[in-house]
Amino acid sequence: MEEHTLEKVLESTLESVDSAEHTVLGEAEALGFDEDDLHRVGIALRECMVNAVVHGNRYNARKKVHLKVTRTPESLIVVVGDEGEGFDPTAVPDPLAGENLLRGSGRGVMLMQAFMDEFQISKRSPQGTEVKMVKYKAKAT
Amino acid sequence: MSVKLTTRQVGDVTVVDAAGRITLGEGASMFRDTIRDLAASGHKKLLLNLAEISYIDSSGIGELVSGFTTVANQGGVVKLLNLTKRVQDLLQITKLYTVFEVFDDEAKAVQSFK
Repeated sequence: MEEHTLEKVLESTLESVDSAEHTVLGEAEALGFDEDDLHRVGIALRECMVNAVVHGNRYNARKKVHLKVTRTPESLIVVVGDEGEGFDPTAVPDPLAGENLLRGSGRGVMLMQAFMDEFQISKRSPQGTEVKMVKYKAKAT
Repeated sequence: MSVKLTTRQVGDVTVVDAAGRITLGEGASMFRDTIRDLAASGHKKLLLNLAEISYIDSSGIGELVSGFTTVANQGGVVKLLNLTKRVQDLLQITKLYTVFEVFDDEAKAVQSFK
């Protein structure tokens, strides 16, 4: 199987979350992920897109979300970039700590890490945050 | 499809049958409003039947937790019924199985409120 890459520039709306989910799950299906892994990839992607739209770009119509999906013979690589003010993952309280269990938010990054095989946050140039997530087919169950 | 919520009364326990997706936006808002309305109108024993819930994201999980605390603050309790494997996994990952009492039998769940 050849490597295959799709790139999209999306509006900062919740509709873009659905659109990105559709795109990424299409690539994951083409790669042969089973239903459970499709679900995991779908959740991770939605959490990532919601962070970009809501927390990164803050629904700003002038700011875009940059989605890149690469399908290799053995993996699915998803990169989501926003144009926001930046994000410090160490500033997120540990959602598994007893005092945070009843918080109404702050679980998105943990779910992305739990459901993907690789997870990486970096600064995006010239502005914003970029998240790279990888799911390996070999590790699919 | 967003979420569909149907409420029924079994004795003094209010069962909320939920179906669809509880995700950021309409699904999570509808879920939050329903739980708050029930709590505000004096329903203090809530059993959330999640058998037909296909998908919950972190916002949906947040609404489950907020519903739990809203009802608890008014002296009530929220319990969960019929979790799918995927929702069970989410509760495991987020450690919320330590917060919620979970049942797979409605009669036993209702009885547990006595």
